[in-house]
Amino acid sequence: MTLLEARGVSYAYPGVPDSSGPGKAMAVRGVSLEVEAASMTAVIGANGSGKSTLIRMLAGLLRPFSGEVLLHGKPLDYWQPRLRAREIAYMPQATATAFPFPVMDIVLSGRSPHIPRFRFERAEDYAIALDALEAAGAAQLAGRIVTGLSAGERQMVVLARALAQQPRLLLLDEPSSALDLKHRAALMRTLARLREARGLSIVMITHDLQLTGSLFDRILALREGEVAALGRPDEVLRSDLLAEIYGEPNVRARRMGAQTLVWIEA
Amino acid sequence: MSATSEAGTLVTRASAAPPRRARLAVTLAILTVVLVASFFAALFIGRQRLDLAAVFSDPFARALFFRLRLPRVLMGLLIGGSLSLVGAALQALFRNPLADPFTLGVSGGGLLGASIALALGWSARLLGTPLVFLAAFAGAMVAVFLVRAIARTGAVLLPGALLLSGVVVNLVSAAAVLTIQYLADPDSALRILRWMIGSLDVVGLAPVGQMFVVLAPAWIALLAFSRQLHLLAIDEDTAATLGVNVGRCETAVYLLSALIVGVAVAMGGAIGFVGLIVPHAVRLLFGEDLRIVLPGSLLLGATFLVLADALARSALASGELPVGAITGLLGGPAFLWLLRRRRQYAVM
Repeated sequence: MTLLEARGVSYAYPGVPDSSGPGKAMAVRGVSLEVEAASMTAVIGANGSGKSTLIRMLAGLLRPFSGEVLLHGKPLDYWQPRLRAREIAYMPQATATAFPFPVMDIVLSGRSPHIPRFRFERAEDYAIALDALEAAGAAQLAGRIVTGLSAGERQMVVLARALAQQPRLLLLDEPSSALDLKHRAALMRTLARLREARGLSIVMITHDLQLTGSLFDRILALREGEVAALGRPDEVLRSDLLAEIYGEPNVRARRMGAQTLVWIEA
Repeated sequence: MSATSEAGTLVTRASAAPPRRARLAVTLAILTVVLVASFFAALFIGRQRLDLAAVFSDPFARALFFRLRLPRVLMGLLIGGSLSLVGAALQALFRNPLADPFTLGVSGGGLLGASIALALGWSARLLGTPLVFLAAFAGAMVAVFLVRAIARTGAVLLPGALLLSGVVVNLVSAAAVLTIQYLADPDSALRILRWMIGSLDVVGLAPVGQMFVVLAPAWIALLAFSRQLHLLAIDEDTAATLGVNVGRCETAVYLLSALIVGVAVAMGGAIGFVGLIVPHAVRLLFGEDLRIVLPGSLLLGATFLVLADALARSALASGELPVGAITGLLGGPAFLWLLRRRRQYAVM
């Protein structure tokens, strides 16, 4: 069953000069992607290849220039924002919270699409928020203030917020960029478990190719805003393709059982 | 394992924690009691001593009480609450702890609008609303959209640019007001000067009633955005993906803020820093949740200005200080203190 579908979406940021011919200023160009229920898709590509722009369109934060994004077969704009928020959660690359909010307030904010207007969180919302914190490996942060956290801790808290939202689809923009080895592993275990238990779908931007090789069903590789490759990890994680995607000739990939080893040859 | 037991104690602690609704009720109850007490205390503070017995027996005392003292205290209540509520809302909307109607130039814009109306001698009304209110609202509106346009040059709001553009709007409108004052007749010029400092002089209850009729619905409408502002204060993108219609919420908060500040400025002038200090005090006392900070700021702001004005009335042996001088003297240092503490508000 298709949960979310992008049909030939393109986006250009206003004010970005069109230097080398028409169409070149497009950040994303004609990308199509179908996200099935209980699937895990990794989005890879060089810096500036349009990964974040694409995921922000999928989240409904950017309106595609052309093409459309369908959620359960209906355009994103058709959805009431609150109902849409029960389906899709988005975790931005960085969250700049200017006020010293308690961590619990941040996580509880994920419950707001489920709470009627002019009502406060119920006891069960607190329970869900605590579960989410634990699932994100951040239970020990429950009593802390968000502005006093490290970048990695903050990522865990924002992930917990997205989990507390209990969506069907989780859009993650480099959720593990500031995480240590242990928490990176915990993140992946949590995502895999939620997919099993709740049929959660995940679209995740990452530069950690090692990670994409073992856990994801599919990899979407972007290059200059266009689809460079879309397929199973063993189809995409090939030395020649990666060299082309990243413009780095010395990248090597080798399949080892269920894993793919990726390294740079010195 | 220590992690599990730690998580276990956290679960008990969180379930034992009072739910938000109870915290809101307690906050509002405390602040209402404080406001009522301050209100009655302020009624009997001033160079002209008044006591309750005299108000009932002495016609002069009664006139003083009902024509001057009571309207003035009520006006402090309305304006203090208004500026603080808008301050809290703007801080959340712009995700900037240093935002308030004064620092963002909204008061300056309103002042300019009101000065133009005054200089032209507009005592007219439109649909029962004094034109000065409308002119101040229009001025505040222009300032708010100008500041936003300057500060939002891209997808993100630049906190520094926001305050700088507020400073510029204030300077330009102050210069324009001075020009108007120079061109206007001496009588209007004096009234404009008093406005620029901010003062709560008012005669009779009628103007207070007019203000209340405009302000109360605007307060309620702004408070209705508490949850959206709470989410916006955390992060704009997050709020958008949590179901907040960001564009609509922003526009509504701008319009309501400009309306409330416009009315407050038209009547009381540019009383500075109230909207900055009070929301921070509420945060320190009752937590960061905007659903509590907004109504809390309304109540504590009313208390603060009522007390500041009582101080302004009684501080000097001869004559009275304008209340704007008191709030400026208190608020300036508070602003600098917040600026020093901004590391706590670290932006990633």
